[in-house]
Amino acid sequence: MNITATLLAQSAVFLIFVWFCHRFIWPFLRQAMRERQKTIADGLEAAEQAQKDLEAAQDRADERLREAREEARQIVDQARGQAAQMIEQARAEAREEGERLKQAAAAEVEQDVNRVKEALRGQVASLAVQGAERILSDSIDRRRHGELLDRLAAEL
Amino acid sequence: MAESSSEYIQHHLTNLTYGRHPDGTWGFASTAQEAMDMGFVAVNVDSMGWAIALGVLFCAVFWTAARRATAGVPGGLQNAVEMLVDFIDDTVSSIFSHRNELIAPLALTIFVWVFLMNLMDLVPVDWIPQLAHALGVPYMKVVPTTDPNVTMGMALTVFALILFYSIREKGPLGFLKELAFHPFPKILAPINLILEGVTLVAKPLSLGLRLFGNLYAGEMIFILIALMYSGWVIGVFGGVLQWAWAVFHVLIIILQAFIFAVLTVVYLAQAYDVEEEH
Repeated sequence: MNITATLLAQSAVFLIFVWFCHRFIWPFLRQAMRERQKTIADGLEAAEQAQKDLEAAQDRADERLREAREEARQIVDQARGQAAQMIEQARAEAREEGERLKQAAAAEVEQDVNRVKEALRGQVASLAVQGAERILSDSIDRRRHGELLDRLAAEL
Repeated sequence: MAESSSEYIQHHLTNLTYGRHPDGTWGFASTAQEAMDMGFVAVNVDSMGWAIALGVLFCAVFWTAARRATAGVPGGLQNAVEMLVDFIDDTVSSIFSHRNELIAPLALTIFVWVFLMNLMDLVPVDWIPQLAHALGVPYMKVVPTTDPNVTMGMALTVFALILFYSIREKGPLGFLKELAFHPFPKILAPINLILEGVTLVAKPLSLGLRLFGNLYAGEMIFILIALMYSGWVIGVFGGVLQWAWAVFHVLIIILQAFIFAVLTVVYLAQAYDVEEEH
Protein backbone atom coordinates (compact mmCIF):
# COMPACT_ATOMS: atom_id res chain seq x y z
CA MET A 1 0.00 0.00 0.00
CA ASN A 2 3.04 2.24 0.05
CA ILE A 3 3.52 4.81 -2.62
CA THR A 4 6.16 3.63 -5.06
CA ALA A 5 7.43 4.21 -8.56
CA THR A 6 4.28 2.36 -9.66
CA LEU A 7 2.78 5.82 -9.55
CA LEU A 8 5.08 7.06 -12.31
CA ALA A 9 4.76 3.87 -14.30
CA GLN A 10 0.99 4.08 -14.20
CA SER A 11 1.15 7.73 -15.21
CA ALA A 12 3.34 6.92 -18.20
CA VAL A 13 1.16 3.98 -19.26
CA PHE A 14 -1.91 6.16 -18.90
CA LEU A 15 -0.46 8.81 -21.17
CA ILE A 16 0.51 6.20 -23.75
CA PHE A 17 -3.00 4.76 -23.84
CA VAL A 18 -4.54 8.22 -24.08
CA TRP A 19 -2.17 9.07 -26.91
CA PHE A 20 -3.01 5.83 -28.69
CA CYS A 21 -6.73 6.44 -28.31
CA HIS A 22 -6.33 10.05 -29.47
CA ARG A 23 -4.19 9.06 -32.45
CA PHE A 24 -5.54 5.73 -33.67
CA ILE A 25 -9.02 5.16 -32.28
CA TRP A 26 -11.10 8.25 -31.71
CA PRO A 27 -10.69 10.07 -35.07
CA PHE A 28 -11.49 6.99 -37.15
CA LEU A 29 -14.57 6.08 -35.17
CA ARG A 30 -15.86 9.63 -35.17
CA GLN A 31 -15.14 9.92 -38.87
CA ALA A 32 -17.04 6.72 -39.65
CA MET A 33 -19.92 7.82 -37.45
CA ARG A 34 -20.08 11.25 -39.03
CA GLU A 35 -19.98 9.74 -42.49
CA ARG A 36 -22.74 7.31 -41.65
CA GLN A 37 -24.80 10.11 -40.17
CA LYS A 38 -24.36 12.02 -43.39
CA THR A 39 -25.18 8.96 -45.49
CA ILE A 40 -28.34 8.33 -43.52
CA ALA A 41 -29.34 11.98 -43.66
CA ASP A 42 -28.72 12.02 -47.41
CA GLY A 43 -30.67 8.81 -47.82
CA LEU A 44 -33.61 10.17 -45.89
CA GLU A 45 -33.51 13.36 -47.87
CA ALA A 46 -33.36 11.41 -51.14
CA ALA A 47 -36.28 9.28 -50.04
CA GLU A 48 -38.26 12.38 -49.22
CA GLN A 49 -37.35 13.90 -52.57
CA ALA A 50 -38.35 10.70 -54.35
CA GLN A 51 -41.64 10.73 -52.51
CA LYS A 52 -42.23 14.30 -53.64
CA ASP A 53 -41.25 13.41 -57.21
CA LEU A 54 -43.61 10.48 -57.15
CA GLU A 55 -46.44 12.66 -55.96
CA ALA A 56 -45.70 15.23 -58.65
CA ALA A 57 -45.57 12.52 -61.30
CA GLN A 58 -48.84 11.13 -60.06
CA ASP A 59 -50.37 14.58 -60.22
CA ARG A 60 -49.08 15.01 -63.73
CA ALA A 61 -50.43 11.62 -64.74
CA ASP A 62 -53.80 12.47 -63.26
CA GLU A 63 -53.79 15.74 -65.13
CA ARG A 64 -52.93 14.04 -68.39
CA LEU A 65 -55.61 11.43 -67.85
CA ARG A 66 -58.16 14.11 -67.15
CA GLU A 67 -57.08 15.99 -70.28
CA ALA A 68 -57.27 12.85 -72.39
CA ARG A 69 -60.69 12.04 -71.05
CA GLU A 70 -61.85 15.56 -71.82
CA GLU A 71 -60.41 15.35 -75.31
CA ALA A 72 -62.07 12.00 -75.94
CA ARG A 73 -65.36 13.40 -74.76
CA GLN A 74 -64.95 16.36 -77.11
CA ILE A 75 -64.11 14.08 -80.02
CA VAL A 76 -67.13 11.90 -79.34
CA ASP A 77 -69.35 14.95 -79.05
CA GLN A 78 -67.96 16.35 -82.25
CA ALA A 79 -68.42 13.04 -84.06
CA ARG A 80 -71.93 12.79 -82.77
CA GLY A 81 -72.69 16.32 -84.00
CA GLN A 82 -71.11 15.61 -87.32
CA ALA A 83 -73.12 12.43 -87.73
CA ALA A 84 -76.35 14.26 -86.95
CA GLN A 85 -75.38 16.92 -89.41
CA MET A 86 -74.59 14.36 -92.07
CA ILE A 87 -77.89 12.62 -91.49
CA GLU A 88 -79.67 15.95 -91.71
CA GLN A 89 -77.82 16.85 -94.87
CA ALA A 90 -78.56 13.46 -96.44
CA ARG A 91 -82.16 13.85 -95.51
CA ALA A 92 -82.29 17.33 -97.06
CA GLU A 93 -80.56 16.14 -100.20
CA ALA A 94 -82.95 13.22 -100.49
CA ARG A 95 -85.85 15.53 -99.99
CA GLU A 96 -84.48 17.88 -102.63
CA GLU A 97 -83.81 15.04 -105.03
CA GLY A 98 -87.34 13.78 -104.52
CA GLU A 99 -88.70 17.19 -105.14
CA ARG A 100 -86.66 17.52 -108.25
CA LEU A 101 -87.73 14.15 -109.56
CA LYS A 102 -91.29 14.98 -108.78
CA GLN A 103 -91.01 18.27 -110.65
CA ALA A 104 -89.32 16.59 -113.60
CA ALA A 105 -92.05 14.00 -113.72
CA ALA A 106 -94.66 16.72 -113.47
CA ALA A 107 -92.98 18.66 -116.29
CA GLU A 108 -92.87 15.55 -118.39
CA VAL A 109 -96.49 14.88 -117.72
CA GLU A 110 -97.35 18.43 -118.69
CA GLN A 111 -95.27 18.12 -121.82
CA ASP A 112 -97.04 14.94 -122.67
CA VAL A 113 -100.37 16.60 -122.01
CA ASN A 114 -99.42 19.52 -124.26
CA ARG A 115 -98.20 17.19 -126.90
CA VAL A 116 -101.41 15.23 -126.71
CA LYS A 117 -103.39 18.47 -126.72
CA GLU A 118 -101.48 19.58 -129.80
CA ALA A 119 -102.14 16.29 -131.48
CA LEU A 120 -105.72 16.37 -130.42
CA ARG A 121 -106.05 19.93 -131.66
CA GLY A 122 -104.68 18.89 -135.02
CA GLN A 123 -106.95 15.90 -135.12
CA VAL A 124 -109.94 17.98 -133.98
CA ALA A 125 -109.12 20.48 -136.73
CA SER A 126 -108.88 17.78 -139.33
CA LEU A 127 -112.02 16.15 -137.97
CA ALA A 128 -113.74 19.50 -138.08
CA VAL A 129 -112.48 20.02 -141.59
CA GLN A 130 -113.56 16.51 -142.57
CA GLY A 131 -116.94 17.19 -140.91
CA ALA A 132 -117.32 20.46 -142.64
CA GLU A 133 -116.19 18.90 -145.90
CA ARG A 134 -118.77 16.25 -145.46
CA ILE A 135 -121.35 18.85 -144.59
CA LEU A 136 -120.39 21.31 -147.21
CA SER A 137 -119.17 18.61 -149.62
CA ASP A 138 -116.87 20.31 -151.89
CA SER A 139 -118.00 23.86 -151.06
CA ILE A 140 -114.85 24.67 -149.28
CA ASP A 141 -111.69 24.59 -151.19
CA ARG A 142 -109.01 23.05 -149.03
CA ARG A 143 -106.49 25.15 -150.65
CA ARG A 144 -108.36 28.37 -150.35
CA HIS A 145 -109.54 27.98 -146.86
CA GLY A 146 -106.41 26.38 -145.52
CA GLU A 147 -105.33 29.52 -143.74
CA LEU A 148 -108.68 29.88 -142.07
CA LEU A 149 -108.59 26.30 -140.94
CA ASP A 150 -105.09 26.67 -139.42
CA ARG A 151 -106.23 29.68 -137.43
CA LEU A 152 -109.17 27.65 -136.24
CA ALA A 153 -106.89 24.81 -135.19
CA ALA A 154 -104.65 27.25 -133.25
CA GLU A 155 -107.61 28.66 -131.43
CA LEU A 156 -108.70 25.15 -130.28
CA MET B 1 -6.93 -22.69 4.48
CA ALA B 2 -3.95 -23.10 6.74
CA GLU B 3 -3.42 -19.40 7.33
CA SER B 4 -5.42 -17.37 9.82
CA SER B 5 -8.04 -14.84 8.75
CA SER B 6 -5.77 -11.85 9.23
CA GLU B 7 -3.00 -13.55 7.26
CA TYR B 8 -5.48 -14.35 4.52
CA ILE B 9 -6.63 -10.76 4.32
CA GLN B 10 -3.08 -9.47 4.53
CA HIS B 11 -2.06 -11.80 1.75
CA HIS B 12 -4.84 -10.53 -0.47
CA LEU B 13 -3.88 -6.93 0.13
CA THR B 14 -0.19 -7.30 -0.64
CA ASN B 15 1.15 -6.41 -4.04
CA LEU B 16 3.72 -8.38 -5.95
CA THR B 17 6.52 -5.84 -5.71
CA TYR B 18 9.74 -5.69 -7.64
CA GLY B 19 12.33 -3.21 -6.57
CA ARG B 20 15.63 -2.47 -4.91
CA HIS B 21 16.21 -4.08 -1.56
CA PRO B 22 17.82 -1.95 1.14
CA ASP B 23 21.05 -3.88 0.60
CA GLY B 24 21.19 -2.67 -3.00
CA THR B 25 20.14 -5.85 -4.79
CA TRP B 26 17.12 -5.98 -7.09
CA GLY B 27 14.36 -8.52 -6.84
CA PHE B 28 10.83 -9.36 -5.82
CA ALA B 29 9.78 -8.68 -2.26
CA SER B 30 8.84 -11.92 -0.59
CA THR B 31 6.96 -10.30 2.27
CA ALA B 32 4.96 -7.14 2.79
CA GLN B 33 7.70 -5.88 5.11
CA GLU B 34 10.34 -6.32 2.45
CA ALA B 35 8.18 -4.41 -0.01
CA MET B 36 7.80 -1.65 2.56
CA ASP B 37 11.54 -1.49 3.05
CA MET B 38 12.10 -0.91 -0.67
CA GLY B 39 10.60 2.55 -0.33
CA PHE B 40 9.85 4.42 -3.52
CA VAL B 41 12.14 2.49 -5.81
CA ALA B 42 9.73 -0.35 -6.41
CA VAL B 43 7.03 -1.30 -8.84
CA ASN B 44 3.87 -3.20 -8.09
CA VAL B 45 4.24 -5.68 -10.91
CA ASP B 46 0.78 -7.18 -10.51
CA SER B 47 -1.03 -3.82 -10.58
CA MET B 48 0.98 -2.62 -13.53
CA GLY B 49 0.73 -5.92 -15.34
CA TRP B 50 -3.03 -6.08 -15.08
CA ALA B 51 -3.41 -2.39 -15.81
CA ILE B 52 -1.32 -2.66 -18.95
CA ALA B 53 -3.02 -5.88 -20.04
CA LEU B 54 -6.45 -4.31 -19.65
CA GLY B 55 -5.32 -1.11 -21.32
CA VAL B 56 -3.95 -3.11 -24.23
CA LEU B 57 -7.24 -5.01 -24.36
CA PHE B 58 -9.08 -1.69 -24.55
CA CYS B 59 -6.78 -0.42 -27.27
CA ALA B 60 -6.93 -3.67 -29.22
CA VAL B 61 -10.72 -3.91 -29.18
CA PHE B 62 -11.29 -0.26 -29.98
CA TRP B 63 -8.51 -0.19 -32.54
CA THR B 64 -10.01 -3.20 -34.29
CA ALA B 65 -13.34 -1.43 -34.37
CA ALA B 66 -11.74 1.81 -35.54
CA ARG B 67 -9.80 0.10 -38.31
CA ARG B 68 -12.86 -1.67 -39.60
CA ALA B 69 -15.09 1.34 -39.06
CA THR B 70 -16.98 2.23 -42.20
CA ALA B 71 -19.91 4.45 -42.89
CA GLY B 72 -21.82 1.35 -43.91
CA VAL B 73 -23.96 -0.88 -41.77
CA PRO B 74 -22.07 -1.40 -38.49
CA GLY B 75 -21.48 -4.85 -37.06
CA GLY B 76 -21.92 -5.90 -33.45
CA LEU B 77 -18.52 -4.80 -32.21
CA GLN B 78 -18.63 -1.53 -34.07
CA ASN B 79 -22.10 -0.83 -32.75
CA ALA B 80 -21.05 -1.40 -29.17
CA VAL B 81 -17.89 0.67 -29.54
CA GLU B 82 -19.71 3.47 -31.32
CA MET B 83 -22.37 3.55 -28.65
CA LEU B 84 -19.65 4.14 -26.06
CA VAL B 85 -17.91 6.71 -28.23
CA ASP B 86 -21.17 8.53 -28.83
CA PHE B 87 -22.02 8.45 -25.14
CA ILE B 88 -18.63 9.87 -24.18
CA ASP B 89 -18.79 12.43 -26.96
CA ASP B 90 -22.20 13.64 -25.79
CA THR B 91 -21.04 13.80 -22.18
CA VAL B 92 -17.85 15.66 -23.04
CA SER B 93 -19.49 18.15 -25.37
CA SER B 94 -22.11 18.96 -22.73
CA ILE B 95 -19.39 19.78 -20.19
CA PHE B 96 -16.42 20.94 -22.21
CA SER B 97 -17.31 23.73 -24.61
CA HIS B 98 -13.81 24.67 -25.73
CA ARG B 99 -11.93 23.28 -28.64
CA ASN B 100 -9.57 20.51 -27.65
CA GLU B 101 -9.29 17.29 -29.60
CA LEU B 102 -7.61 15.49 -26.73
CA ILE B 103 -10.36 15.73 -24.14
CA ALA B 104 -12.86 13.28 -25.61
CA PRO B 105 -10.33 10.50 -26.31
CA LEU B 106 -8.94 11.13 -22.83
CA ALA B 107 -12.38 10.68 -21.30
CA LEU B 108 -13.01 7.56 -23.37
CA THR B 109 -9.69 6.04 -22.33
CA ILE B 110 -10.32 6.80 -18.68
CA PHE B 111 -13.88 5.51 -18.73
CA VAL B 112 -13.19 2.22 -20.48
CA TRP B 113 -9.83 1.53 -18.90
CA VAL B 114 -10.93 2.30 -15.36
CA PHE B 115 -14.08 0.28 -15.96
CA LEU B 116 -12.04 -2.72 -17.11
CA MET B 117 -9.71 -2.40 -14.14
CA ASN B 118 -12.69 -2.16 -11.80
CA LEU B 119 -14.26 -5.12 -13.53
CA MET B 120 -11.46 -7.33 -12.24
CA ASP B 121 -13.12 -6.86 -8.85
CA LEU B 122 -15.92 -9.15 -9.99
CA VAL B 123 -13.53 -12.03 -10.56
CA PRO B 124 -13.84 -14.16 -7.42
CA VAL B 125 -11.07 -12.99 -5.13
CA ASP B 126 -9.28 -16.33 -4.83
CA TRP B 127 -9.18 -17.52 -8.40
CA ILE B 128 -6.24 -15.68 -9.82
CA PRO B 129 -4.17 -15.40 -6.60
CA GLN B 130 -4.53 -19.14 -6.05
CA LEU B 131 -3.56 -19.83 -9.62
CA ALA B 132 -0.58 -17.52 -9.27
CA HIS B 133 0.33 -19.24 -6.01
CA ALA B 134 0.27 -22.60 -7.77
CA LEU B 135 2.62 -21.11 -10.35
CA GLY B 136 4.97 -19.96 -7.59
CA VAL B 137 4.06 -16.28 -7.51
CA PRO B 138 3.65 -15.30 -3.86
CA TYR B 139 1.33 -12.31 -4.24
CA MET B 140 -1.16 -11.28 -6.87
CA LYS B 141 -3.55 -8.36 -6.57
CA VAL B 142 -5.70 -8.43 -9.65
CA VAL B 143 -7.66 -5.19 -9.29
CA PRO B 144 -5.30 -2.36 -10.28
CA THR B 145 -7.69 0.32 -9.04
CA THR B 146 -7.39 -1.00 -5.47
CA ASP B 147 -3.77 0.12 -5.64
CA PRO B 148 -3.48 3.81 -4.67
CA ASN B 149 -0.41 4.06 -6.89
CA VAL B 150 -2.53 3.32 -9.92
CA THR B 151 -5.40 5.66 -9.11
CA MET B 152 -3.14 8.45 -7.92
CA GLY B 153 -0.90 7.95 -10.92
CA MET B 154 -3.85 8.67 -13.15
CA ALA B 155 -5.14 11.48 -10.94
CA LEU B 156 -1.74 13.18 -10.91
CA THR B 157 -1.51 12.89 -14.68
CA VAL B 158 -4.87 14.59 -14.90
CA PHE B 159 -3.55 17.18 -12.46
CA ALA B 160 -0.56 17.78 -14.69
CA LEU B 161 -2.92 18.27 -17.62
CA ILE B 162 -4.98 20.71 -15.55
CA LEU B 163 -1.87 22.75 -14.74
CA PHE B 164 -0.65 22.53 -18.33
CA TYR B 165 -3.89 23.74 -19.86
CA SER B 166 -4.44 26.39 -17.16
CA ILE B 167 -1.06 27.89 -17.87
CA ARG B 168 -1.36 27.50 -21.61
CA GLU B 169 -4.79 29.11 -21.75
CA LYS B 170 -4.31 31.86 -19.14
CA GLY B 171 -0.56 32.31 -19.05
CA PRO B 172 1.47 31.77 -15.88
CA LEU B 173 0.48 35.20 -14.58
CA GLY B 174 -3.16 34.80 -15.43
CA PHE B 175 -3.25 31.45 -13.70
CA LEU B 176 -1.54 32.90 -10.63
CA LYS B 177 -3.99 35.82 -10.65
CA GLU B 178 -6.85 33.41 -10.73
CA LEU B 179 -5.45 31.67 -7.69
CA ALA B 180 -4.62 34.87 -5.81
CA PHE B 181 -7.61 37.10 -6.51
CA HIS B 182 -10.38 34.64 -5.77
CA PRO B 183 -12.67 34.32 -3.95
CA PHE B 184 -11.87 37.38 -1.80
CA PRO B 185 -10.76 40.85 -2.94
CA LYS B 186 -7.15 41.36 -4.01
CA ILE B 187 -6.05 42.65 -0.60
CA LEU B 188 -6.57 39.19 0.84
CA ALA B 189 -4.35 37.56 -1.76
CA PRO B 190 -2.44 35.29 0.67
CA ILE B 191 -5.68 33.88 2.02
CA ASN B 192 -6.97 33.45 -1.50
CA LEU B 193 -3.78 31.62 -2.46
CA ILE B 194 -4.16 29.22 0.42
CA LEU B 195 -7.82 28.59 -0.30
CA GLU B 196 -7.40 28.19 -4.03
CA GLY B 197 -4.25 26.13 -3.53
CA VAL B 198 -6.17 23.71 -1.36
CA THR B 199 -8.98 23.59 -3.91
CA LEU B 200 -6.48 22.90 -6.64
CA VAL B 201 -4.65 20.17 -4.78
CA ALA B 202 -7.93 18.66 -3.63
CA LYS B 203 -8.83 17.94 -7.25
CA PRO B 204 -6.35 15.17 -7.95
CA LEU B 205 -6.51 13.91 -4.38
CA SER B 206 -10.26 13.52 -4.41
CA LEU B 207 -10.15 12.09 -7.91
CA GLY B 208 -7.60 9.39 -7.10
CA LEU B 209 -8.66 8.62 -3.57
CA ARG B 210 -12.36 8.36 -4.41
CA LEU B 211 -11.71 5.67 -6.97
CA PHE B 212 -9.21 3.92 -4.74
CA GLY B 213 -11.45 4.08 -1.67
CA ASN B 214 -14.51 2.74 -3.44
CA LEU B 215 -12.71 -0.14 -5.05
CA TYR B 216 -10.56 -0.94 -2.04
CA ALA B 217 -13.63 -1.12 0.18
CA GLY B 218 -15.45 -3.25 -2.37
CA GLU B 219 -12.50 -5.59 -2.65
CA MET B 220 -12.26 -5.78 1.13
CA ILE B 221 -15.88 -6.80 1.40
CA PHE B 222 -15.36 -9.52 -1.20
CA ILE B 223 -12.39 -10.75 0.83
CA LEU B 224 -14.42 -10.74 4.05
CA ILE B 225 -17.20 -12.65 2.34
CA ALA B 226 -14.65 -15.09 0.98
CA LEU B 227 -13.62 -15.76 4.59
CA MET B 228 -17.05 -17.30 5.16
CA TYR B 229 -16.35 -20.27 2.90
CA SER B 230 -15.40 -22.46 5.85
CA GLY B 231 -18.54 -24.46 6.47
CA TRP B 232 -21.48 -25.63 4.42
CA VAL B 233 -24.24 -23.49 5.91
CA ILE B 234 -22.24 -20.33 6.28
CA GLY B 235 -20.60 -21.04 2.95
CA VAL B 236 -23.94 -21.03 1.14
CA PHE B 237 -24.87 -17.84 2.96
CA GLY B 238 -21.53 -16.40 1.88
CA GLY B 239 -22.26 -17.38 -1.71
CA VAL B 240 -25.56 -15.53 -1.62
CA LEU B 241 -23.85 -12.50 -0.08
CA GLN B 242 -21.10 -12.54 -2.66
CA TRP B 243 -23.62 -12.67 -5.47
CA ALA B 244 -25.64 -9.81 -3.95
CA TRP B 245 -22.54 -7.69 -3.41
CA ALA B 246 -21.31 -8.43 -6.92
CA VAL B 247 -24.60 -7.26 -8.38
CA PHE B 248 -24.39 -4.08 -6.36
CA HIS B 249 -20.75 -3.74 -7.27
CA VAL B 250 -21.58 -3.74 -10.96
CA LEU B 251 -23.20 -0.39 -10.34
CA ILE B 252 -20.22 0.90 -8.38
CA ILE B 253 -17.56 -0.04 -10.91
CA ILE B 254 -19.41 1.62 -13.77
CA LEU B 255 -20.28 4.65 -11.68
CA GLN B 256 -16.73 5.15 -10.42
CA ALA B 257 -15.30 4.83 -13.91
CA PHE B 258 -17.82 7.37 -15.16
CA ILE B 259 -17.20 9.76 -12.25
CA PHE B 260 -13.45 9.64 -12.84
CA ALA B 261 -13.91 10.41 -16.52
CA VAL B 262 -16.50 13.15 -16.03
CA LEU B 263 -14.61 14.88 -13.21
CA THR B 264 -11.49 14.88 -15.35
CA VAL B 265 -13.42 16.65 -18.08
CA VAL B 266 -14.95 19.06 -15.58
CA TYR B 267 -11.54 19.94 -14.12
CA LEU B 268 -10.08 20.46 -17.57
CA ALA B 269 -13.05 22.62 -18.52
CA GLN B 270 -12.32 24.70 -15.41
CA ALA B 271 -8.72 24.99 -16.53
CA TYR B 272 -10.01 26.59 -19.73
CA ASP B 273 -12.75 28.72 -18.19
CA VAL B 274 -11.76 32.23 -17.27
CA GLU B 275 -13.52 33.17 -14.09
CA GLU B 276 -15.07 36.58 -13.89
CA GLU B 277 -13.15 39.35 -12.13
CA HIS B 278 -13.93 40.16 -8.52
